[in-house]
Amino acid sequence: MPQRVAVVENILNANDRLAAENRLRLDTAGVFAINLMASPGAGKTSLIEQTLPRLTGKLRVAVVDGDIATSLDADRAAAAGAQAAIQINTGGDCHLDAVMLQQALNQLDLSKFDLLIVENVGNLVCPASFALGTHLSVLVASIPEGDDKPHKYPGMYSGVDVLILNKIDLLPYINFRMDFFKQGVEILNPDVVTFPLSCRTGEGVEDWTDWLVGRVATFKRG
Amino acid sequence: MGIMHELSVTESILEIALRHAQESQAKRVINLYLVIGQLSSIVDDSVQFYWDLISKDTLAEGAKLHFQRIPARLACLECGHEYSPGGDLTCPACHSARVKVITGKEFRLDAMDVE
Ligand SMILES: Nc1nc2c(ncn2[C@@H]2O[C@H](COP(=O)(O)OP(=O)(O)O)[C@@H](O)[C@H]2O)c(=O)[nH]1
Ligand SMILES: [Mg+2]
Ligand SMILES: [Zn+2]
Repeated sequence: MPQRVAVVENILNANDRLAAENRLRLDTAGVFAINLMASPGAGKTSLIEQTLPRLTGKLRVAVVDGDIATSLDADRAAAAGAQAAIQINTGGDCHLDAVMLQQALNQLDLSKFDLLIVENVGNLVCPASFALGTHLSVLVASIPEGDDKPHKYPGMYSGVDVLILNKIDLLPYINFRMDFFKQGVEILNPDVVTFPLSCRTGEGVEDWTDWLVGRVATFKRG
Repeated sequence: MGIMHELSVTESILEIALRHAQESQAKRVINLYLVIGQLSSIVDDSVQFYWDLISKDTLAEGAKLHFQRIPARLACLECGHEYSPGGDLTCPACHSARVKVITGKEFRLDAMDVE
């Protein structure tokens, strides 16, 4: 006779457990880690390129790159001043998961870094469901993507700690209803910290990097 | 959404199912009851396809997956109106943006039939 067994377990439990292991490893080594997510072309790599030079002398940074769009992204990070840059071959996967980050961590001497920046695969759906064990989830949105993105991708917009609104240099040329955009963000994620900036002109980038340096300092104090 | 996404989700389901089957000393898993919210990871019918591949030679071989889809329900914090979102997420009654998600974020395995 068949018998009903109650389970009630989150489907991504296995990934979540591994993510917790990654987190413990990072905490023990004193490395603050951020997970950069965005649709393809929003400016994740550009943000890394703009961020790294502003951290020189303040933080030792490693970059783990899972963005499959261009194989050059890890090279771009290294050129911008990352002390280490590792490319994850996702084999066509639509998101990074905790196993892939674990393998990347195995290639790094964590004692040598204060900050780890993970560039996730360009995708607004899947990365939101797969915790990596990072401390901060950062979404890079960009003006050309349109003002309705929060309404279309609630899973992503509701789960992040920081929202970078990139390419504000294009605001004069694109009909972007800032109120409508902010309304969607407000509904899904009232506590998110937002930084409007341009990786092209550099406007607003300092606000973001100052805030990040502060966050890492708080983390280091424990 | 890519092929690998469904595959990794399916692997997670199998891991949970086999662990619970072992705990209850089952010989065979017959049915799995999954609860998937509209606002959580999209999972489509290819999960059953991957399931049939990866559950081979396990206790769960041949088990059938049942999906219960939970529609998104939001509640307005201004006027109390409850609704299913359409094109955007604001309250259709008073256009407020101060709303909260009641259902739609579920993504879990609720129960299984075993013998
Ligand atoms: N106008 C403008 N273009 C930008 C800005 N940031 C990045 N881009 C361009 O957007 C494209 C994609 O950037 P990239 O950093 O590779 O995006 P990723 O796919 O998210 O890593 C490139 O052509 C960049 O030059 C910006 O602030 N303003
Ligand atoms: Mg990139
Ligand atoms: Zn209302």
